[in-house]
Amino acid sequence: MHLAYPAVLSALLFCTGLYGVLARRNAILVLMSVELMLNAVNLNLVAFDVWLSRAARDTLHSGQALTLFTIAIAAAEIGIGLAIVLAVHRNRGTADIDRLRDTAEPHGPDDPDGPDEAPATADKKAEATA
Amino acid sequence: MSLSATVAATTHALTSTAPATTAAATETHGFLSPTGVEIAFLLVGLVTFGAAIVTVTTRQLVHAALWLVVTLGGLAVEYLLLTAEFIAWVQVLIYVGSVVVLLLFGLMLTKAPIGRSPDADSGNRWAALTVAVASAAALIWVVVDAFRTTWIELDGAAAGSTAVTGKALFQNWVLPFEALSVLLLAALVGAIVLSRKNPDTHEDPTAHESPASRRKPDSPAAPDSRLKPDSPLKPDSAAAPNPRKNPDAPRAAAPATGTRPSAEEGAR
Repeated sequence: MHLAYPAVLSALLFCTGLYGVLARRNAILVLMSVELMLNAVNLNLVAFDVWLSRAARDTLHSGQALTLFTIAIAAAEIGIGLAIVLAVHRNRGTADIDRLRDTAEPHGPDDPDGPDEAPATADKKAEATA
Repeated sequence: MSLSATVAATTHALTSTAPATTAAATETHGFLSPTGVEIAFLLVGLVTFGAAIVTVTTRQLVHAALWLVVTLGGLAVEYLLLTAEFIAWVQVLIYVGSVVVLLLFGLMLTKAPIGRSPDADSGNRWAALTVAVASAAALIWVVVDAFRTTWIELDGAAAGSTAVTGKALFQNWVLPFEALSVLLLAALVGAIVLSRKNPDTHEDPTAHESPASRRKPDSPAAPDSRLKPDSPLKPDSAAAPNPRKNPDAPRAAAPATGTRPSAEEGAR
């Protein structure tokens, strides 16, 4: 098999995941796109490992070992990420990452997010003092 | 006359050498005569890529998770075609078995709308599409240019059978393996700590609300005083509604998540 086939498929899947990370609004959909990107990297690792184990007599099998490590780290990442998303949803009532703008630069007075975000920070300060 | 003859001879030589080189390339391993494994890889790859496209573009959140199952299963088939059997079954077990179930639970717990949600995509969709297409073009160009003639030999013993992978993992990669188990334990404990409810703040919203509203007029540095200039005159009217809004916010915003951002988008 040509090495170009899995490499091109991996590049296409990675860019699909990149589009999802940039264009999605729900935090869980962003996590799904991150999974797509990680899987593209896994496919690349496996293809190059299969090639190098024959062509270069590589006996370490580093590609497949790294793929297993990546899968384990992705499982840990999805667990922690979902816990964070659930905590944000419990505190804010939304999983919409476009509305989590507390650390953003302050906008002008005509910004529509301005009066919506100001009571949220005020609430947080009130919670901290209480 | 002699110049044109030379040009004609050169062009003839060029046109005669070009098919010779392509014939030599097809003699080794050409793209135009794919093997059976390559055809299978191509078909499964098309299904995988199409499912990935649907995953990142569909407006129904649960359908996105279900198309992700198709994508990850297709990748498992690709691993099998690359003779990496152990990775393929690990992929089926962990990704299809647990990660997608975890994502579906996350969608359920964040009260995702069942039908079509019009606000699934952000406003910068076209910028994201531009970035993705540009990076895809660059990556594919580089990869095809670099590995155009590289050939994976798939005959013989499997490169990723369980015996081979286990031997490599427990001879050369024991220390990272053990470190990874510690990392998984830390992630487990961290997820439990993050998702556990804090009992004194979230158990009873009314018990939390009354001291906050009582203490609020006493605090001299109220954050609303710079937002509303008349608040020092009437501190009760300006400060009292804000702490009461805090426990109501998750209940009030959860049913309205489908409609409110679209209204904001309309306002913009």
